[in-house]
Amino acid sequence: MQSMNPDALHKKLIAAARAQVPSQHVPLAFEKRITALLRRRPATDYLGLWARGLWRAAVPCITVMVLLTGWSFFAPPKASSNDLSQELDNTVLAAAVPEQPPADSQH
Amino acid sequence: MERTEAELIAAVLKGDAASFEPLVQRYSPRVFATARRYARRESEVEDIVQEVWVKAFQKLAGFRSEAPFEHWLMRLAVRTCYDFLRSHQRNRETTFSELSEPETDWLERFVGDPETASESADAARLLVERLLEQLSPPARLIITLLEIEDRSVKEISDLTGWSVPLVKVRAFRARAEMRKLLAKMAKEKYL
Repeated sequence: MQSMNPDALHKKLIAAARAQVPSQHVPLAFEKRITALLRRRPATDYLGLWARGLWRAAVPCITVMVLLTGWSFFAPPKASSNDLSQELDNTVLAAAVPEQPPADSQH
Repeated sequence: MERTEAELIAAVLKGDAASFEPLVQRYSPRVFATARRYARRESEVEDIVQEVWVKAFQKLAGFRSEAPFEHWLMRLAVRTCYDFLRSHQRNRETTFSELSEPETDWLERFVGDPETASESADAARLLVERLLEQLSPPARLIITLLEIEDRSVKEISDLTGWSVPLVKVRAFRARAEMRKLLAKMAKEKYL
């Protein structure tokens, strides 16, 4: 049974597509219809401008976010190992625990 | 006295929409020919071309006169055609058992003797259209620009806005998709 050579078929079909040049026919009064349509529309696509601005802002925002995330993970630890919540606890407890009189004043 | 393109564009940007008409008249043939590569129905072709001109009008302020207006317009046209392909993706699972008799006869002639299967035959044209319709939108765009219109990778990059490496990757994938389709055709018809 004869078999089909896909590569040869590909070349043949591409040649067929190249031989078929699309028509450049323009429907009658097309340019007049377009001009009439454009006169009814606003010249500036405000929604498109706004959307474009948002997309442009997205890249620097994501960059800043990645940098800050990286910094929070890889920043060197502080000298004190206590975090802020622990320090707050210490401050509050220090105020709450009554002062003990010195040992020699009890006699 | 006929105005230059730069004068027409300046007039449109000042608010004279009527000055856009000569540009539409001058370049519509080329835009229509481009749209006809990607859409079969004439109503779809006209919709695509209309969309191209509306976008051109709205984005005219962004046109930099370093490059010719025609290049800028054709970039817009190709991207609009690509958007059309993406929005009109159909279920591409067509089997090759649905080929018409002329297409089947052409394939059989090709298998028997490739030289006897003419590229200018209508059946060849129908087969190519059937294959292109089954490709994904990026594959169809790349195959059309790279192989049918014989454009360079750099030209395709300029037209589509894709980077040169991305064009090359998509070309590789598009050819693989095409090979897979042709192998499927060979399997269904001749095994």
